Amino acid sequence: MNIQGKKGTRRGLAAAYPSWFYLPAAIIFGVLFLFPTFASLFFSLTRWTLFQYSFIGLDNFRQFFSEPFLVWGLVNTLIYAVVTSGSKVVLGMLLGILLTSNVMVRGLLRAIVFFPVLVSTIGVGITFTMLMHPTNGLINDVIATFGVKGPAWLTDPRFALLSVAFVDVWKGVGLATVIYIAGIVSIPAEYYEAAKMDGANALQRFWNITLPLARPATITVIILSLIGGLRSFDLIWAMTKGGPGFTTDVVASVIYKQYQAGFYGLSTAGNVVLFVLVAAIVVPLSFALNRKEVEA
Amino acid sequence: MTTKKFKYYATGTLSLALAFFVFVVPFLFIIVNALKDKPEAALLHFTWPSETHLWENLIAVVEARDYMLITAFINSIILTVVAVTGLVVFGAMVGFVLQRRPSRWSGLINFMVLAGLIMPPAVVPTIWLLQWLGLFKTLSGLILIEIAYSLSFSVLLFRAFIATIPRELDEAAILEGAGPFTLFFRIVLPLLKPVAVTVIVVQSVAIFNDFTNPLYYLPGAKNATVQLTLFNFQSMFNTSYNLLFMNILIITIPPLIMFLFFNRQIVEGMTAGAVKG
Repeated sequence: MNIQGKKGTRRGLAAAYPSWFYLPAAIIFGVLFLFPTFASLFFSLTRWTLFQYSFIGLDNFRQFFSEPFLVWGLVNTLIYAVVTSGSKVVLGMLLGILLTSNVMVRGLLRAIVFFPVLVSTIGVGITFTMLMHPTNGLINDVIATFGVKGPAWLTDPRFALLSVAFVDVWKGVGLATVIYIAGIVSIPAEYYEAAKMDGANALQRFWNITLPLARPATITVIILSLIGGLRSFDLIWAMTKGGPGFTTDVVASVIYKQYQAGFYGLSTAGNVVLFVLVAAIVVPLSFALNRKEVEA
Repeated sequence: MTTKKFKYYATGTLSLALAFFVFVVPFLFIIVNALKDKPEAALLHFTWPSETHLWENLIAVVEARDYMLITAFINSIILTVVAVTGLVVFGAMVGFVLQRRPSRWSGLINFMVLAGLIMPPAVVPTIWLLQWLGLFKTLSGLILIEIAYSLSFSVLLFRAFIATIPRELDEAAILEGAGPFTLFFRIVLPLLKPVAVTVIVVQSVAIFNDFTNPLYYLPGAKNATVQLTLFNFQSMFNTSYNLLFMNILIITIPPLIMFLFFNRQIVEGMTAGAVKG
């Protein structure tokens, strides 16, 4: 084996690790993901019935950006993604610190926080719709015991989007917590001991050790929850269907509504807007976050 | 009692109380309301039912719309099992060659994996394509879709794990005369068991709970998956909250079983994939 030339080695590798192993995955992924993605770039420029299309240039995009309710969808998507992502970072880190500290019944607490991640999003959405009922809901019943009248969480336009975002955080914070637990556990204990010897208090230890060294976990949580938040559909559909009015419509629900209404070209244009939005936010952000990490 | 011990019990008790209130109460709310009769459940109160109707409600939910829930469970189980099998085998094959044999394609493939992880799928063109292929509104079509959309995540996990398997093992097998097929399926795949369990658990839960893809690619009552029964149910039994909650309860059982058996493994696998990947 060792006297084989470069060419021979490469042939040996090719024989042991054949390229056709890529084939099943490549066909499924290429046909059902890549091809439609490229096709969407074309069909977003057409008026389309699924059987016939006529090329109309950028009219779909022009319409998308001139209809106020479609633009709202875009703004709501951004608000929703930023709010859920930010909350998951803060709460996930706090819970991660709590659940890596020496706390009673730690395992049970970890399990309780993580369980909602595994449950049906639609089920959670429906349940919280009931819990957030303005007059009969449990949440407002609890608030009422403090003598305060709770708002109409899902039917008041001022609160609806944030209410759904709250449920998203409730359901998803367990995953962020688990990622933080992994990140915090991997920080060597000696750092904390040394800092303690130097007289650093808990807050200083958090600020100077935990926060910078848990950075990879933070990056992961931000990126994962931004991707999830920008694409979110099912929870919004289960809880408000985009209402009241269009106040909780996001790009993904706009895509579904336009599809249902038979505006296939416009729906596909919405899809293209969503690609661009996701790419424009997530790709530069992940580069920026990861580069800083190398410099530090 | 020392201050340290006091702090230990105090934070523990407080956290537990808070976790119970925030995370457990909503599930208890589902349970108690699934046990009520229709008028009592309509009040949406968080109280123990005056009379429990466990069995009646269960039967009513199962029988609703010509045993739709049973059909949906069968559909969902076929969907989950076949798609996850595909994800494990095809994902591991890609991860294996990608990790073992760097080539000029590796960069492109890694890019595709990331694209698959980040980019939202183009919905209507996919429907158009499925129609053309004769796979629209078929379970096979949805199975292929679920595989296509989740491949990236599986490949990432498998590639990372295969890096930890020594190459010497491959070389020994090749010297013994094992072809690529034997090498992969007889030697490597069995060693991937820990990460395969992670992929299986995580993806089963995700696909079983998926709502959006069945909504688009497998519409129609006779094709319903469990998540869609929930949705049809809500509009049909507008005021039968007891049955609605019973339905939620029933479809939460499979993820609950997964959770009870694999809690640790899910958490480890998720973090391994998420932080290192």
